Amino acid sequence: MPQQYTFGKATASYPDVPYEEKERLFREVKEDPRYEDFLYGCYECGICVSACPSARFYDYSPRVIAQTMAREDVDRFYEILAEDIWNCAQCFSCVRCPRQNNPGGLVTLIREVAVRNGIQETRDVLQGYTRVIYKVMLKGNQVSPDMLQPDFFPDWGPWVASFRGNMEIWRQAIPVDTLRGVTDAAWRTADNTLRELYTIWFETGNLDIIEEVDEGLYELLLDVMEEELEDWE
Amino acid sequence: MTATGFIPIEDILQKKRRPVHRPPDQAHAHDIREELFELEAKGEIIVHRVPEPYVEVETRFGRKKKIPIEHTWHHKSCGQCGHIPGYTSSIFWLHRQFGLDYTDPIDQTSCTGWNYYASGTSNAVAQMAVMSRNFAAAYEEGYYPLIHCGTSFGHYKEVREQLIHHKDLRDQTRRVLEKLGKPLVIPEEIVHYSEWIHVMRHRIAERQVVDMSHIKACVHPACHYHKIVAEDAIYDKEIYGGQRTATITGLLQALGIEVADYSTWFDCCGFGFRHVLVQRDFTRSFAVMRKIEVMIDEAQPDVTITHDTGCVTTLDKSQFAAKAHERRVGVPVLSDAQIAALAMGAHPFRVVQLHWHSTDWRPLMEKLGIDWEYYWNEFQEDLEAIRRGEALMTWEKADGVAIQPN
Ligand code: SF4
Ligand code: SF4
Repeated sequence: MPQQYTFGKATASYPDVPYEEKERLFREVKEDPRYEDFLYGCYECGICVSACPSARFYDYSPRVIAQTMAREDVDRFYEILAEDIWNCAQCFSCVRCPRQNNPGGLVTLIREVAVRNGIQETRDVLQGYTRVIYKVMLKGNQVSPDMLQPDFFPDWGPWVASFRGNMEIWRQAIPVDTLRGVTDAAWRTADNTLRELYTIWFETGNLDIIEEVDEGLYELLLDVMEEELEDWE
Repeated sequence: MTATGFIPIEDILQKKRRPVHRPPDQAHAHDIREELFELEAKGEIIVHRVPEPYVEVETRFGRKKKIPIEHTWHHKSCGQCGHIPGYTSSIFWLHRQFGLDYTDPIDQTSCTGWNYYASGTSNAVAQMAVMSRNFAAAYEEGYYPLIHCGTSFGHYKEVREQLIHHKDLRDQTRRVLEKLGKPLVIPEEIVHYSEWIHVMRHRIAERQVVDMSHIKACVHPACHYHKIVAEDAIYDKEIYGGQRTATITGLLQALGIEVADYSTWFDCCGFGFRHVLVQRDFTRSFAVMRKIEVMIDEAQPDVTITHDTGCVTTLDKSQFAAKAHERRVGVPVLSDAQIAALAMGAHPFRVVQLHWHSTDWRPLMEKLGIDWEYYWNEFQEDLEAIRRGEALMTWEKADGVAIQPN
């Protein structure tokens, strides 16, 4: 029997995942209303690859993303969903594509599906990242001064330690009113604004998405937001 | 497509018989505002008009874009405010120096795009609702959004297009906003602060007090500024022949700085959104090997200037570890707002907040003739006064020209 062909592979990876499941996830990506804006076909010209930072440092190719989706290669798609998507830097250098494809945009959509379906590889990748999700959902800012800790940024050198020793006073010494003294968020945000943000997370199903990647984080966020919204009402 | 999955050769030949001839001056110049106004006429959305006074500039394919000068609602950047606050305060300081009307809201969240591009833990409607909530807040306050962050700028441009092109997403977003008691408002133009700096560059140069004509800079154009919805970035035929965005370079030329080219100008900085937070081996390697070292080898710049949050952080902070590996590093990194503020004499620490940058900026200050130790001592006295509870760092202290003309 001839071997089944997938890009660059003799046999399909993830044989334990049923083909029907891979196909279901593939369809979920294709059903996103933005999908049609991101893929028009592919010349295999490699212009996206030449511009792609991740292609230089990883075994990764935006051309393969576009090709796999266009050819509806469901097995290769599953490998992309489980592995490749996390290599993408989301810089969108690949939109140089002469067919006006957006391989980075396809990656965004595939990531969403991977997250929504709680794919184990995705949960693993996001494990060290959940404190950022916590911050952005509660504070409306991805990063804050108090996240700059020497343990997390040892490669940024002694500056981080010196910053930690001075954080409180340096934050006091900023002339911008909305920043001055704020260390647990990027700026001071009105309580009502945050409540509106929490309402958005509830109404759009964004909170349910978090449950798929980290139940503990979900419970934590739910508690804080529900309490805050109850007080508001 | 046929049952075999191939396009019949006849169809391809038929297509080739109808070549498209499009003169370059009439190349793709789609104006999304036409669709915005149509939606407004149908009562679906409110279009927030750019207030007077504004300046019109050319975009990539020739569409004229309106850049407001004042009455702006400053959509701050979490990465700037959280980790490079001198970036934010320089933008405000410039506005204050020109006496322009602006507002710095607390009814603002970030676009949340950094997290979205890092983790995918959101969805289209949530992203649209976050954007539209901010835009509605600006509209209600009567000020026009000026976006500080490159990612917010790119993300909002793309989300705005999606909102316009997909009625179902638009309807869902409107329903969420109704729950908040807010209308669905979309600005006529999505404007990045570096576009404001670009149109203000000659006014900035008129008030320059620090000579920069002996300085050489490399420019890193931010990916999410000029690659996402690429047609909506500023281009100028006089700058790189209109082949690259004119923002940053236009300012540096106006300030008399020599802009030095390098071959990897189109490459990203290596930020990667998720990578910079939890997988920095990629970020460091890319920032150093594809950007900083290439700049040093090909251009020997005194400074690198960029116009986005992630780029400043990545290019600045990635250099320390590379030094231990004996890589060629040591180029300070500033935003266009910071170099403009310094040129106009802003205090290097009260306003530009250089102490938040880690690659050594002292040689640059010395080359500019700025006695940084003097201003550092002054700033230390400010800190002492704050510690003693005697004074706050306010605009009263930070406004005005600190650096004496050289
Ligand atoms: S968005 Fe992703 S695929 Fe596209 S160029 Fe950047 S890293 Fe490569
Ligand atoms: S640039 Fe576009 S057409 Fe060329 S290989 Fe990449 S996706 Fe395909």
